[in-house]
Amino acid sequence: MNIFVYCEITEEGTIAEVSLELLSKGRKLANQLNVKLEAVVIGNNMMNIEKQLFPYGVDVVYFAESEKLFPYSTLPHFSIVSKLFEEKKPQIALFGATSVGRDLAPRVASRLRCGLTADCTALEIGEHIDSKTGTVYTNLLYQIRPAFGGNIIATIINPETRPQMATVREGVMLKETVTHDDKAVVVKLRVEDYISDDDFVVKMIVREIEAKKINIKNAQIIVSGGYGMGSKENFSKLHELAAQIGGEVGATRAAVDAGFAEHERQIGQTGVTVRPKLYIACGISGAVQHRSGMEESALIISINIDPNASINTIADYTIIGDANDVLPKMLKAIKSINH
Amino acid sequence: MIKIVVLIKQVPDTRNIGKDAMKSDGTVNRAELPAIFNPEDLNALEVALSIKDIVPNVEVTAITMGPVRAAEVLREALYRGADQAVLVTDRKFAGADTLATSHTLSLAIKKIGNVDLVIGGRQAIDGDTAQVGPQIAEKLNIPQITYAEEIVEVSENKIRIKRRLERGIEVVEVLFPCLITVHSSAAPCRFKNAKRVMKYKKACTISELQDDKKESDTDNNLIIEEWNAADLEAYPDSLGLAGSPTKVKKIDNVVLLQKESRIITSSEKEIQSLIQELSKEHIL
Repeated sequence: MNIFVYCEITEEGTIAEVSLELLSKGRKLANQLNVKLEAVVIGNNMMNIEKQLFPYGVDVVYFAESEKLFPYSTLPHFSIVSKLFEEKKPQIALFGATSVGRDLAPRVASRLRCGLTADCTALEIGEHIDSKTGTVYTNLLYQIRPAFGGNIIATIINPETRPQMATVREGVMLKETVTHDDKAVVVKLRVEDYISDDDFVVKMIVREIEAKKINIKNAQIIVSGGYGMGSKENFSKLHELAAQIGGEVGATRAAVDAGFAEHERQIGQTGVTVRPKLYIACGISGAVQHRSGMEESALIISINIDPNASINTIADYTIIGDANDVLPKMLKAIKSINH
Repeated sequence: MIKIVVLIKQVPDTRNIGKDAMKSDGTVNRAELPAIFNPEDLNALEVALSIKDIVPNVEVTAITMGPVRAAEVLREALYRGADQAVLVTDRKFAGADTLATSHTLSLAIKKIGNVDLVIGGRQAIDGDTAQVGPQIAEKLNIPQITYAEEIVEVSENKIRIKRRLERGIEVVEVLFPCLITVHSSAAPCRFKNAKRVMKYKKACTISELQDDKKESDTDNNLIIEEWNAADLEAYPDSLGLAGSPTKVKKIDNVVLLQKESRIITSSEKEIQSLIQELSKEHIL
């Protein structure tokens, strides 16, 4: 009846950021429910997983190691996770809302016939009273997520089925280490008890994965552009300013869809959630889907031609003007200060 | 013969939500939203039709679960090149979450029988869950290839697919049967074919006929198959709201913070004083 987190492995053989974030959240939920936090690690040649995981307060690590298990492929990971869950009966199971987690978690939920909520932005513990039967459920996982293009926020519960499963995007939960007195245990799984030859019917022919280069999540300053920037070329003005002030470039979904910026720069409900100390929004109208990914920034400057753009209602400063004209002026002012 | 089933969903166009679409209590007024062919399901239909172009003897069946009105997207699929269409509809299916939906659709796919490829969009824009595809694959006990971008090679019994991942690509190969979910970066769907529109515009379901909404050309067998819970021999407990482990506890309108904003003009002088202020406060 514990809390399980499926840990993703990066190309470099480390535990993925999103998994560490989920462990941090999982630790808090486990404390609240007075249960253990357990991690599932499936891969090959993993160095020092204890060292990587224990700072996050993990009580137990289930470790399946085999050369067949890296890189990730659906069926073997599915077989291990679903059988392990059948044995250990977790009450909560969390996965990253990544290309791996969103491939694996639904298949596991289908096998275990349990509920799964995708792309949660908050997880809380709470109770529920069934209005028809009057049944009282305590200690349920509230799975909170945006729906309908981000215009509403739904709280989802799974009253009857276990585990209560959820996926969460990278950058939504805070990564936090804890001091944890209890010694954690690593349980090595006998891989051959969990997988069979049938799990390897999909043959990997080519695999080209780039190491992660862009990391806007931890940037202290973000210069972000929307569709209003007009073109990919104009985005270079954002890059110039960001480079000068030690920041990163972010973008809205519309700008990413239009090809102005890489997908990894996307901020908002379907991208990354950021909390920098300074957020400069250039040519961004402020759709709900974007604002909910950056509204916790400590200081927001909006540069927009439209004085009524909805982003201005959450901005500390609003510069009325075309970002393509304002950005060079800002750059000039900063350079003059630095001299 | 290769049998392909394409999974389609009719969805409210959540990308263009206007003010009228939100009710005062913060819930969505679905009636105010135009219903469209889910965008990635169009990419999925194109993948199926492109296989039909390459390999002889391919039959493409479009299938959707939804209200009677969802037959609209089935006709659209016929106009674009699908060979036949099935509407899975019943009040008992209402309120289904992804698990109950995948159960119902997997029963329909089993009823079609001997299906080699099941192809659907990665996700629907009303829920953005991307769960139904993998869940159907599990229920059918077949492998799943998610986020397909391109068919690299296909023959009578196997397929090689390029997948689009967060930071790269994979090419994988698998024997039939399997389930494929298609990413928006895949080729767009071909347009409606004028001859096919002429041929299929009268195609309709039994329910549409009974509602007298359509005049059907029954002589030419232009009936869109319509299956209900009984046709699928489904247990009522596994359908719709009853078969859904997830329940919606509550819905909130999105409330965003508002604060007083200081307005600055784009003059060089004002921008300079702002930068100086930020620098003094060590923000820059």
